[in-house]
Amino acid sequence: MSKQLKSNLITYGIIIAFFAIMQTLVGTGTISSLFKGLLVPICVYTIMAVSLNLTVGILGELSLGHAGFMCVGAFVSAFFSMCMKESGMNSIVRFIIAIILGAIVAAVFGILIGIPVLRLRGDYLAIVTLAFGEIIKNIVNVLYVGKDSSGFHISFTDTASLGLSSDGVVIIKGPQGITGTPNDSTFLIGIIILIITVFIVTNFVTSRSGRAVMAIRDNRIAAESVGINISKYKLMAFAISAGLAGAAGALYAHNLNTLNALPKNFGYNMSIMILVYVVLGGIGSIRGSIIAATILTALPELLRGFSDYRMLIYSIVLIALMLISNSPKAKMFFEKYSIKQLIGTKKAQKEEV
Amino acid sequence: MSFLSYLINGLSLGSVYAIIALGYTMVYGIAKMLNFAHGDVIMVGGFAIYTLMNSMGVNPIIAVLISVVICTALGMAIEKIAYKPLRKASPLAVLITAIGVSYLLQNLALLIFGSDAKLFSSVVSVPAANIGAISITGETIVTIVACIIIMIVLTLFIKKTKAGQAMLAVSEDKEAAELMGINVNATISLTFAIGSGLAAIAGALLCSAYPALTPYTGSMPGIKAFVAAVFGGIGSIPGAFVGGLLLGIIENLSKAYISSQMADAIVFSVLIIVLLVKPTGILGKKISEKV
Repeated sequence: MSKQLKSNLITYGIIIAFFAIMQTLVGTGTISSLFKGLLVPICVYTIMAVSLNLTVGILGELSLGHAGFMCVGAFVSAFFSMCMKESGMNSIVRFIIAIILGAIVAAVFGILIGIPVLRLRGDYLAIVTLAFGEIIKNIVNVLYVGKDSSGFHISFTDTASLGLSSDGVVIIKGPQGITGTPNDSTFLIGIIILIITVFIVTNFVTSRSGRAVMAIRDNRIAAESVGINISKYKLMAFAISAGLAGAAGALYAHNLNTLNALPKNFGYNMSIMILVYVVLGGIGSIRGSIIAATILTALPELLRGFSDYRMLIYSIVLIALMLISNSPKAKMFFEKYSIKQLIGTKKAQKEEV
Repeated sequence: MSFLSYLINGLSLGSVYAIIALGYTMVYGIAKMLNFAHGDVIMVGGFAIYTLMNSMGVNPIIAVLISVVICTALGMAIEKIAYKPLRKASPLAVLITAIGVSYLLQNLALLIFGSDAKLFSSVVSVPAANIGAISITGETIVTIVACIIIMIVLTLFIKKTKAGQAMLAVSEDKEAAELMGINVNATISLTFAIGSGLAAIAGALLCSAYPALTPYTGSMPGIKAFVAAVFGGIGSIPGAFVGGLLLGIIENLSKAYISSQMADAIVFSVLIIVLLVKPTGILGKKISEKV
């Protein structure tokens, strides 16, 4: 068994074990209803963290607009579900189509945004992705879509200007968003999407394309000179990342009755929140992202007093992590007193030789 | 309101953006990093003035001066503690640290002052002027005048003084500047000090014109000022001035004539269009990458 496969199996094992434990706890009723309500959000944020890790860790670019893709996925899927609500379609089939649709549209947005954005590098890319995230949120907040017998009506001003006939319904109501989305999201579906996400990302990383992406990350000029098509591979990674965020958005939308684009859920604060999960879990480590996102989503809800200081602590940890991981002194310290050194002295000695 | 008064309001807002953008552009030019926390220094300056004036009854002018000192010290401290150890680290690490600092400042302010908006009393006591049918508020006049004075002083500082020349040299080539005997660390520290001092002034002017002060007051204007800096050409001081003014006018006119909710989206679209058409901005220079 290769090292990579083993590592992946451990990741899947952790997810399935988490699912099994939670299901038993829910079944025996030992878990509070508050925590039960957290299970789907945990899946949503874990998927977000894993998909952002593809951009930040594997592609090596900082995207601050990840919540924007989640927003696209959420609204597209909720819109689809609202349109199909009366058609008598099986709710699971409808939800699966909604998720796929959300992911595809988000990926298309990823490509559209990626074409101009990925020509830029570093700080510019970060700020432009941030700008795109804000633009998406702004547009959704002024978007009105209604449906009547003659088809769909779109307006950017208000409900009245839609010009609906008497049988029409307004589906997207600007700042009020979408209300009455069917609650199709379950913990099981969330876990399945998470496993699919991990499968897609880990396979992408070990594939030929993934290696090309990492080569670009490590040295763009060297990669270009051996004939790697920079924009193609960057765009590929970015689109996959956006698509997975769209799927997370679909899951998010079908967990709520009312979906609206607030700075809190789709603004750049959310993008930064996801970034915190990725950085704390370890940039480039899929398993780390999953664990960090799970713990950091559950912790503030379980420890009420902690939630006031949550962002303060996150920001300090963020700074401290960056300072420590880039300080030569700290590196030497950790090499000297690493767990490997203390437990498996033999193995560590072998590595030294 | 007529077109002219929208234009003047836009100039006023643009002047604030220009002052903030100067801090961004100078730091970017020298340290080659996007100082995300710059916008939050504005907020700290705003709260400093608010506390001094409301709780201690300090004269507005003196309060502004003290807040400039506080922000200057804060800017230098941030640079020393958070950014200096990362001078040789990857841009990603520096950017994440800067975001961390920004969040730290916001959440400290949130814990100390709470999230409800504070009513900021204007530091400006200049009466409104009437030209024909248009009335121009004292804040607008002071903001535009302050921006012009800052521009002139800063340009003279860079052109005529030794420290200013050192800043120019460091921004062009750090290693070569070091070989010429310039203290690079001191120069970078000075840049942060000037940028943060300007942020304090911008905070005073911004909060006088838009008197609701919250821990998040600085973040949006900060990001927009960065857009202005990119628009004008990052690293260029006249560029920050031009970019700031144009962005302020664009924002106010789109609020007036297109949609007030879409104004932010339009401002950000400007950034994207500029980066696509002319990534170096209006007045920026093109620097090719060396292998």
